[in-house]
Amino acid sequence: MTSSARADAAGGERAAYVHVPFCARLCPYCDFNVVAGRDELIDRYVDAVVAEIRATDQWGSLDSVYVGGGTPTRIPPQRLGDIIRALDHRFGLSPGAEVSLEANPEDWTPDLGNALRGVGFTRVSFGAQSFDSDTLRALGRLHDPGQGREAVMEAVAQGFSVNIDLIFGTPGETLDEWKRTVETAMLLRPHHLSVYALTVERGTALSRAINAGAPAPDEDLQADEYEAADHLAGAMLRYEVSNYAVEGHECVYNLITWAQGEYLGIGAGAHGHRDGARTRNVRRVDAYVDRVERGVKPRQGVEVLDPWKKEQERLLLGLRRTVGVATGRGGRLLLDSEAGARLVDAGVIEERSGRIIVLRPLLTDEVSRSVLALSG
Amino acid sequence: MADRFLERTGAVDAREMRDQVLDTMELERERGITIKAQAVRLPYRHKDGKTYTLNLIDTPGHVDFNYEVSRSLAACEGAVLLVDAAQGVQAQTLANAYLAIDAGLEIIPVLNKIDLPAADPDRVAGEVSALLGVDAEQIVRVSSKTGEGIDLLLERIVEEIPPPEGDPNAPLRALVFDSYYDPYRGVVCYLRVVDGELAQGDELAFTATRERHSAAEVGVLTPQARPVQTLSAGEVGYLITGVKDISRIKVGDTVAHNRDVVPLPGYAEPKPMVFSGMFPSDGDDFEDLREALDKLKLNDAALVYEPETSRALGFGFRCGFLGLLHMEIVRERLEREYDLDLVATSPSVAYQVVKTGGSTLEIRSPADLPEPAAIDHLDEPVIRALIVVPTEYVGTVMDLAQTRRGTMRHMHYLTPERVELTYEIPLAEVVFDFFDALKSRTRGYASLDYEPAGYRTADLVRVDILLNGQHVDAFSAIVHRDRGYEYGRKMVTRLRALIPRQLFDVPIQAAIGSRVIARETVKARRKDVIAKCYGGDVTRKRKLLERQKEGKKRMKMVGSVEVPQEAFISALRLDDE
Repeated sequence: MTSSARADAAGGERAAYVHVPFCARLCPYCDFNVVAGRDELIDRYVDAVVAEIRATDQWGSLDSVYVGGGTPTRIPPQRLGDIIRALDHRFGLSPGAEVSLEANPEDWTPDLGNALRGVGFTRVSFGAQSFDSDTLRALGRLHDPGQGREAVMEAVAQGFSVNIDLIFGTPGETLDEWKRTVETAMLLRPHHLSVYALTVERGTALSRAINAGAPAPDEDLQADEYEAADHLAGAMLRYEVSNYAVEGHECVYNLITWAQGEYLGIGAGAHGHRDGARTRNVRRVDAYVDRVERGVKPRQGVEVLDPWKKEQERLLLGLRRTVGVATGRGGRLLLDSEAGARLVDAGVIEERSGRIIVLRPLLTDEVSRSVLALSG
Repeated sequence: MADRFLERTGAVDAREMRDQVLDTMELERERGITIKAQAVRLPYRHKDGKTYTLNLIDTPGHVDFNYEVSRSLAACEGAVLLVDAAQGVQAQTLANAYLAIDAGLEIIPVLNKIDLPAADPDRVAGEVSALLGVDAEQIVRVSSKTGEGIDLLLERIVEEIPPPEGDPNAPLRALVFDSYYDPYRGVVCYLRVVDGELAQGDELAFTATRERHSAAEVGVLTPQARPVQTLSAGEVGYLITGVKDISRIKVGDTVAHNRDVVPLPGYAEPKPMVFSGMFPSDGDDFEDLREALDKLKLNDAALVYEPETSRALGFGFRCGFLGLLHMEIVRERLEREYDLDLVATSPSVAYQVVKTGGSTLEIRSPADLPEPAAIDHLDEPVIRALIVVPTEYVGTVMDLAQTRRGTMRHMHYLTPERVELTYEIPLAEVVFDFFDALKSRTRGYASLDYEPAGYRTADLVRVDILLNGQHVDAFSAIVHRDRGYEYGRKMVTRLRALIPRQLFDVPIQAAIGSRVIARETVKARRKDVIAKCYGGDVTRKRKLLERQKEGKKRMKMVGSVEVPQEAFISALRLDDE
């Protein structure tokens, strides 16, 4: 199968996303739905997640399960196993299904790895973020570079498909320090690498610090760092703006998302996409648990896109991929628009074999906004 | 002061007294200035037992309205020259005193605001005495706030100002010294009957416009309009003809029964001196702007405008004004009374282009300047500037005038402490920022007044601003060759800070003809992408991008460069160095 065929085929696959909001402490840059110091809720929360799974309408078997956070490993492996078992009972897992979770390096031990393998996890994504001590400190992380290296090596040895998350553009980090971080990551032979520009999200501690005068990430340095990572990733192929993989180790759950495929959203604040509707669960952990315990659906919002919005979204998501997106009606309108012509002139996009490809991934949002400015 | 007269003579009940009864326009009241002349008839009982009829014309004091002032003065026998007892003689005082002297009027100098703590009547009386050659002891001192001295002033007016001459039996000649538009009654003219008699129902000839109208109503102002049967020689009043278009009634025109009378002297067409492009921020408001200008024009014969198209700013109007204050007032009225959001280009002046073939052309916009090869030379308007300044700032003012291409014509010590300087300066320099610079360099002590002084040949160039090679008409300016670099550098530096990064490097150049004199580059945007976009927040990311897209709507395209509306406004602002 060609890479574009594989990428598009994911649109027909099924996934489940399970959100675990618990953290030992909050990172200053994080704006996800997370809580620290509420571990007493963990048992009730897992029960609620299992109950939500059991109450969900029947569907086909799952090609991917993604347990994200927060810090999923705040939950003991046996209880994570309860969640996987509930999903398997309710929907079934396809043969060779990807069962992925996020983990922090400082929590990782050989025993934990074995236990997680035992309950069915096949993939782990480490929030390593950096292999530079100062940068880790600046990011408010609790582990040191050594813990990051060991966790990755152990997980690889235990047979997990392993991802390393890295963050670039942390104020104070130099281009050389970033390069060393990427080089270190590559030496650990992960199957997958995600490199994210540090983003200042509204309402975070980082945003408050910057408003109070702390240095902000530098756009030009971030561009240099992005390009450096692309160069150092070597044999790994970039298949999306921020994601690299050894062939065959692309994250299935992500492929499904970008192909506008469908997935269940389970847990507090989780988003789902099913039967053409985008859904959202209540965000607060206690409210989520409370609702499920009372037998009330935890769903808070539903959005059904009209056909044109859906077409725009297909492009927005698909254009993030290296293989681009089938041109289709929206793509044709884009190419025929003044803005589209400018993007082609500037070498940001091109049409090749019936697909629109973003040639300069760092400028993807410029393309996205032009798509949104089109009227269908 | 006018208010106080009304109160003292009983024309307005003290109870009904409202500050500045005569300055009716909202803006005038707010700024404490007079834009339009106002007239009022005051019956005054003198201590000699007789009742006199005084006609008071309250004139604008600002240089922009010099012509109106001169016409008002032409309608009078005498002038009360008010001098602020704290500030002393200002350039405006001098300019108006000279106008009154030229008009052959009896001048009664008065020190006003003697109640102010900062008032120094003795010193100021010395200045006035030196200026007019009157005995300092004789200068009336009043406070329009407390009313002190007002009675004495009224007595002096009756005693010193001669009664009107003029022959009530001669053919009618009346001077129109101002006019305004009343939405219900049409154009109302203020006039002074010089000879003869003007009666309601008369058929009238206007000598300058050569129009004929009938006198639908004549009357006097008390200050309320009160119709009368006739106005005769020496009287001041109003005339309504039913004309709806103010540009058909010219200030300075002579009203007669017969077109063959000798017109009263001094008529001139109002001549716009300062020009600026006015564009609606939102292109959809163009028709609203046109309507608003049409309405303002009804009451402002000096305002001229014609449609103008700018590649950068879209559709708007090139407007001509009497001066900077006039421009500011029009702009403020458009924004306030008509709720328009405007972008105005830098004010410029009208140049005379003498072409290589010898023909001349007047241009009111830098965009209209012909190709350099077609130009033999350019003449620019110059003004005679009267500057009054404390002696310690004379050197500073001379330096400033020097850098603004001024030529000193005259220097005169009003008193040992205050100097009157007369300069010839290109109007374009004054329009640019001369007044602000003068005020700031003299800590506000200098005052300026000016009058047109013809045209002079000058070495002028047009500086163009190019964005990515595209000429942006709104930023072009005609400046003296020596200041071309300064202007160009300032504009490119400003624009570099105002224009967001694009998909490609955007060179910003200032050029004279094809020669680039300054250059900056807005480096290409390198990173514009959301780092994480997964199933969890597709909707949120889409909404974020939607919001960013809305921001882009407020951009104007200049060639392939997106320029925020605010960039145009900020770059054109003169005063934020």
